[in-house]
Amino acid sequence: MSALAEPRKWERYAWPVVATVLFLAFWHYAVLLTATKIFPSPAEVERGFVELMREGVLYRDVLDSIRRVAIGFFAAVALGIPLGLLFGWYPAINQVVNPVVQVLRPISPIAWIPVAIIFFGVGDYAAIFLVFLGAFFPIVVTCVAAVGDVPLIYRRAGRNFGLTPARILSRVVFPAALPQILVSLRVALGIGWLVVVAGEMIAVTSGLGFLIIDSRNSGKRYDLVVGAMILIGVIGLVLDTLFRRLEKIKPVRWGFRDEF
Amino acid sequence: MATTKVALEPNTPTAALSAKLRVNKVNMTFNRDGQRLSVLDNIDLEVADGEFVCILGPSGCGKSTLLSAIAGFLTPTSGQITIDGEAVRGPDPRRIFVFQERGVFPWLTVAGNIGFGLAKLKRAERTERVQRYIQMVGLEGFEKSYPHELSGGMKQRVEVARALAVNPDILFLDEPFGALDSITRMVMRGELLRIWEAERKTILFVTHDIDEAVQLADRVVVMSARPGRIQQIVPIDIAHPRDISSPHYLELRDGILNQIGLAHHL
Repeated sequence: MSALAEPRKWERYAWPVVATVLFLAFWHYAVLLTATKIFPSPAEVERGFVELMREGVLYRDVLDSIRRVAIGFFAAVALGIPLGLLFGWYPAINQVVNPVVQVLRPISPIAWIPVAIIFFGVGDYAAIFLVFLGAFFPIVVTCVAAVGDVPLIYRRAGRNFGLTPARILSRVVFPAALPQILVSLRVALGIGWLVVVAGEMIAVTSGLGFLIIDSRNSGKRYDLVVGAMILIGVIGLVLDTLFRRLEKIKPVRWGFRDEF
Repeated sequence: MATTKVALEPNTPTAALSAKLRVNKVNMTFNRDGQRLSVLDNIDLEVADGEFVCILGPSGCGKSTLLSAIAGFLTPTSGQITIDGEAVRGPDPRRIFVFQERGVFPWLTVAGNIGFGLAKLKRAERTERVQRYIQMVGLEGFEKSYPHELSGGMKQRVEVARALAVNPDILFLDEPFGALDSITRMVMRGELLRIWEAERKTILFVTHDIDEAVQLADRVVVMSARPGRIQQIVPIDIAHPRDISSPHYLELRDGILNQIGLAHHL
């Protein structure tokens, strides 16, 4: 099969299934061959998973994590997009703000955990704040760049039709930059999902991150640790897939590569 | 169609007094790598109301710069540009600049694009106006299509309709058909002439295509490069529709070819 060949329909579903089975088999035999007492086999993870579901903890932990990501992410969107558009539109403001942004941006949200706890105490707000930090900077930085990338002729056309600068920003620059902004939102959501797990290990007593650290600390239940890890991966994939659907809506479709 | 010389059309400018647009001793210099680069050198031009003028020249002769200055996007280094006796201080909805089809907004539908400059109108009036111009450019049935679903020629129609919808006095077209294939380009020239005859806008049309200029314009302004100067202004005294194999057409075209310094044979 060449790299350009269109995969057949059955192939699109069959190969992931084959890969998953191979991975589980490798895992299973690796545990068996090394005779480890600590690391769980796939079957043990599955049993632990069922136990959690029966107790009803899993459901609550998942919802708590998703809620924290949602609030932190939407706060980052609500603040990041307008600020990013503004900084991009007024290069003078950006020159002042950019050095600060560039210094804050490389700081891992994990490093903010102690500060977050000082600000918000141990609890939901600290975790939400960490998600916000993780999502905010990629959104702002991409918005600034996206505004700069808007072709001059679009802005000229806006001016030619007599639009005020505020209108040019809302009716020309924002929609022209939207495809790029959407990509940054997708990246930001992914980061938010990474960060919430770390935040929950320290700042709160619920959520998937807490589940992992709690399972380890109370009786070395590595079957639950690995189960939670897999669940985090699956939910992350689902969030990303749902978000990608936004790229298909018509007013932004032009900004993405066509698949046909 | 008779192939002999035809009397000057009424809209060919004779009296400078009736000039719609006046370019007076315009110079434009850019600084590039510390060097002063003269792009436009002492440009004088008058255009009458309703006239169709083509600005023709090789690439890099400053013709697009001149058009951008007249449209108010660039300020000349020296000299004056006046429209209806008023100095040009910036872009204005009374005169719309048509880019190549790249100027169409990809996030709006055909109807959204054409109605873009009509935000101040009432909804019913806007819909009616949009519909009228969709018909004029022959895009019925594509109202809800997005530009990426259209061909290059259709996108160009959208842009022309978007410009016409705000009812400007003047249209500036900067190589509008340059990206189209040669057949579509011919069709679009015919369409533009039909629209111009219906609406009688003043048109300034920049092109590097000699045939295009001679087919369309009342007068062809021939520019030379580095620095951009007006070499000659050639009135095209042939009535529309023009027979593009008539001796007079060929005579005018070859005259311009000579003017630019190109041989008749490749």
